[in-house]
Amino acid sequence: MTAAVAGQTWCDRCGEAAVAGAHEQCAAARALEPPRYCGRCRRRMKVQVLPVGWSAICVEHGEIRS
Amino acid sequence: MPEILDQARDQVLHNGVGLDEAGVLAVLNLPDEHLSATLQLAHDVRMRWCGPEVEVEGIVSLKTGGCPEDCHFCSQSGLFTSPVRSVWLDIPSLVKAAKQTAATGATEFCIVAAVRGPDDRLMKQMREGVAAIRAEVDIQVAASLGMLTQDQVDELVDMGVHRYNHNLETCRSYFPNVVTTHSWEERWETLRMVRESGMEVCCGGILGLGETVEQRAEFAAQLAELDPHEVPLNFLNPRPGTPLGDRPVVEGRDALRAIAAFRLAMPRTILRYAGGREITLGDLGTRDGLLGGINAVIVGNYLTTLGRPATDDLKLLDELKMPVKALSATL
Repeated sequence: MTAAVAGQTWCDRCGEAAVAGAHEQCAAARALEPPRYCGRCRRRMKVQVLPVGWSAICVEHGEIRS
Repeated sequence: MPEILDQARDQVLHNGVGLDEAGVLAVLNLPDEHLSATLQLAHDVRMRWCGPEVEVEGIVSLKTGGCPEDCHFCSQSGLFTSPVRSVWLDIPSLVKAAKQTAATGATEFCIVAAVRGPDDRLMKQMREGVAAIRAEVDIQVAASLGMLTQDQVDELVDMGVHRYNHNLETCRSYFPNVVTTHSWEERWETLRMVRESGMEVCCGGILGLGETVEQRAEFAAQLAELDPHEVPLNFLNPRPGTPLGDRPVVEGRDALRAIAAFRLAMPRTILRYAGGREITLGDLGTRDGLLGGINAVIVGNYLTTLGRPATDDLKLLDELKMPVKALSATL
């Protein structure tokens, strides 16, 4: 779910490099959190949490949804 | 049986008179061996004075992040290094969220904004949003927009907002440790105006901010004095980048003791499970709380974090034979 798992460059929770550790705490936390950073460019995303689901927009790489 | 539980059985269960601050403190200080008896008594009180129904609510953030206030627990403050960015929800998405919430059987839909208080843009968004929801969705609309002026209170009443949430967050003596950009008394003033307007008052807080057990009891007593229609009980979910980001979560047994104690302080209120229950109590603890004084839940996601799927909570309520409060019962 986090960048380390998804093979992306940056952890989508803490914004640090995906290769900088296993990001186990981030992976566990992401079960109850939407992503905050773009896994491809590390930009902070605009995140809207809804009662059902969420959406996150990176100005460079577009929108992802739950 | 500890003396305080005997006292509570007579005073709260039989007579409907909540425990005072000293009584709540005595409950909070009970050893673990009395926890199940305490929860059972709180459950009996809830069933006696509120009944078996559970009020289900969904919440949504209309305006996320960028808040000028410094509530130390909040990832939406613009004063901290939180990764949460500012974003506004458009009206079609707001209506869709209300429909999704209503589809779970929820009777309440609370629109929340991360602000000190609403400005003209937010009030306009509320006017349009509430009107659109009321036209399309069969659900009660509540709001949480920070501190209000009297004109804004009146306008929310005109819109048809039936309940207003404004949490005191913690007791008066500890509040300056949590928020420095406004005072506990300013929040109380908004609550006073809301009550006088006829809107239902929703006011609770967060446990685990670093308050002492004595301050937890103080908070319960202050809420009881306010006598809100609803008390949402949150447990700190430490957010990265906030001043309280490194605090430990509340220990599960302490959380359950607090639920029971707050119920024994306020036998008739709607006591709602709100944020942080997933990480504090997990599935088993959620069940224990519903059998220990809780009679309302927020289902689905929160404002910036995710919750259990609504279906999990509804299934649990079914197992516990706790019917979801019908919309007709709220009108």
